[in-house]
Amino acid sequence: MESNKNFVLGVFNDEDVLLDGVQKIKGGGVNIHEVFTPFPVHGLDHVLGYKRSKLPIAAFLFGLTGTILAITMQVGMMTVDWPMIIGGKDYLPVPTFVPVTFELTVLLTAFGMVGTFLVVADLKPWAKPKIFDIRQTDDKHIVAIDLADNEKDKAELELILKNSGAEEVKDKKFD
Amino acid sequence: MEITAPVEKATDHSHEPVTASVRKPLVTGGKTIHDVTKDICGPVEAAPPKTWLLAMGLSSTVLLVGLYALLMTLWEGIGMWGLNKTVGWAWDITNFVWWVGIGHAGTLISAVLLLFRQKWRTSINRAAEAMTIFAVICAAVFPVIHMGRPWLGFYWALPLPNTFGSLWLNFNSPLLWDVFAISTYFSVSLVFWYIGLVPDFATIRDRAKNKISKLIYGGLSLGWSGGAKNWERYESVSLILAGIATPLVLSVHTIVSFDFATSVIPGWHTTIFPPYFVAGAIFSGFAMVLTLMLVTRRIYKLEDYITIHHIELMNIIIIVTGSVVGIAYITEFFIAAYSGVEAEQYAFTNRMTGPYWWAYWSMMTCNVISPQLFWFKKIRTSIAATFIISIIVNIGMWFERFVIIVTSLHRDFLPSSWAMFTPTLYDIGVYLFTFGFFFTAYFLFAKFFPVINMAEVKAVLKSTSSKE
Repeated sequence: MESNKNFVLGVFNDEDVLLDGVQKIKGGGVNIHEVFTPFPVHGLDHVLGYKRSKLPIAAFLFGLTGTILAITMQVGMMTVDWPMIIGGKDYLPVPTFVPVTFELTVLLTAFGMVGTFLVVADLKPWAKPKIFDIRQTDDKHIVAIDLADNEKDKAELELILKNSGAEEVKDKKFD
Repeated sequence: MEITAPVEKATDHSHEPVTASVRKPLVTGGKTIHDVTKDICGPVEAAPPKTWLLAMGLSSTVLLVGLYALLMTLWEGIGMWGLNKTVGWAWDITNFVWWVGIGHAGTLISAVLLLFRQKWRTSINRAAEAMTIFAVICAAVFPVIHMGRPWLGFYWALPLPNTFGSLWLNFNSPLLWDVFAISTYFSVSLVFWYIGLVPDFATIRDRAKNKISKLIYGGLSLGWSGGAKNWERYESVSLILAGIATPLVLSVHTIVSFDFATSVIPGWHTTIFPPYFVAGAIFSGFAMVLTLMLVTRRIYKLEDYITIHHIELMNIIIIVTGSVVGIAYITEFFIAAYSGVEAEQYAFTNRMTGPYWWAYWSMMTCNVISPQLFWFKKIRTSIAATFIISIIVNIGMWFERFVIIVTSLHRDFLPSSWAMFTPTLYDIGVYLFTFGFFFTAYFLFAKFFPVINMAEVKAVLKSTSSKE
């Protein structure tokens, strides 16, 4: 069977039931494609066994770039390229470089991290998202199981979903 | 501190709130998650109410009148304003500092309160952040026009090589620090706000009935579908943005205060300025958030989301920051007296008893006395009183900047240069322009964007809503 086409969906109402349910489903040896929720459910990534996002590392590296860029720019302009004594001040006025260095660090951290986030999360204005159930952005939590990704057949999976607290079990086909 | 009862085992299938009764509910009216979607998306999908049309008509009229003054100032130059050789900065820089200060509450609510895990921020952060963005745009108008020939501003404010005309930038100048601080603040706030909007745009996209709104909100939502992996990344991004926005917001008004503090003008040359300006900024910002939220909750009937409890908490922040500002005024005065520097002593006596005494005493009454009324529970939980005091506070904060700037400048070191400042119609007109822009932009936001962060409210709903 082709993957990413035929799905069994479990619809959950409550986030605590969902957390418990996902644990049971995973415990039953089922591969979950993804869980869609209208709001962040804390602990869900843990239950699903997702690794912590590496975005903080990206943020740090972008921030470091900002710091280096700002210091290079200011020293380059005020000290190296055209040293100017302004108001009898030093060619290398380190304290006065602090504000711009800080601001550029923050700027590059924010833009770099958010840019990375948009790329890794595949978010773009022309994206065509796979909507499994229209209520996943409203009030329901959707557990999507790819049939091609599991040994168990549809009936078995549906039973597991029902036993894990899903209020509703349905299937979804994409072409 | 969160006081919560132990969460029942999920097998209990209980939908009862798990918060102990010590903590007041944040969402009243027994709302379900679907109700939140309906209530917040409703105004975006429906035709605008009559009150909205009225508000929009009024603010866009003010915008147009102000635009005339703005264009005249650009065409004729800043000679249209009431500035003179002695008072070379007056309403323009007063308005600049005032608007930047107002902006601070948005970032404080969304970033600082997020770090402190204050769940009550969820109902107000979206609108407060929008306010921040519009306020910073209004602020930027003033230094840009004050350049006289803003089209040459690129050479003066951006780090371009000497061959482009002027020399490299002077990084010793606090005005240049301001350029970096304000533009970083604006762009980071915009990104923070937009990232928060993405999941809510997805909700509107999935509810949209017609093709055009499906297309527009589909584009705006960037294809968000709410997968657990993306939520995990999203939360990590929000937390780091909050972490860097917190020192950023403190740095911005600190740097704005450096514009004055690094000078040698009596009344400006004080080390207390950075914390005093930051406290003042939060003070005026919260007042503006209150003014706007009280109007918004009335027009859109959001009383269950922005409750009296929210208003009370914001009023408590107003008492705290208002008192900090009051202490700063007294400290400033004491240090001037104690320093033994005649020029400083004169500057402060002149503020109180000189020709601008009325501005000084308006500032004292509005900023130091009026917020103290919030010590009374009756007053801080009264909508009418809150609305009036929130406006008084912002009048006071405008006078604060006016007092600092104009009364310090108008008595020059050389007595023959002493002068007074009188605003012209164009000073007033450009100020009106920013008001028109601010409210027009805010009302457009309130119509086309979800005014409350649905995803965040939904996330705290179970633990903090009331069942009645």
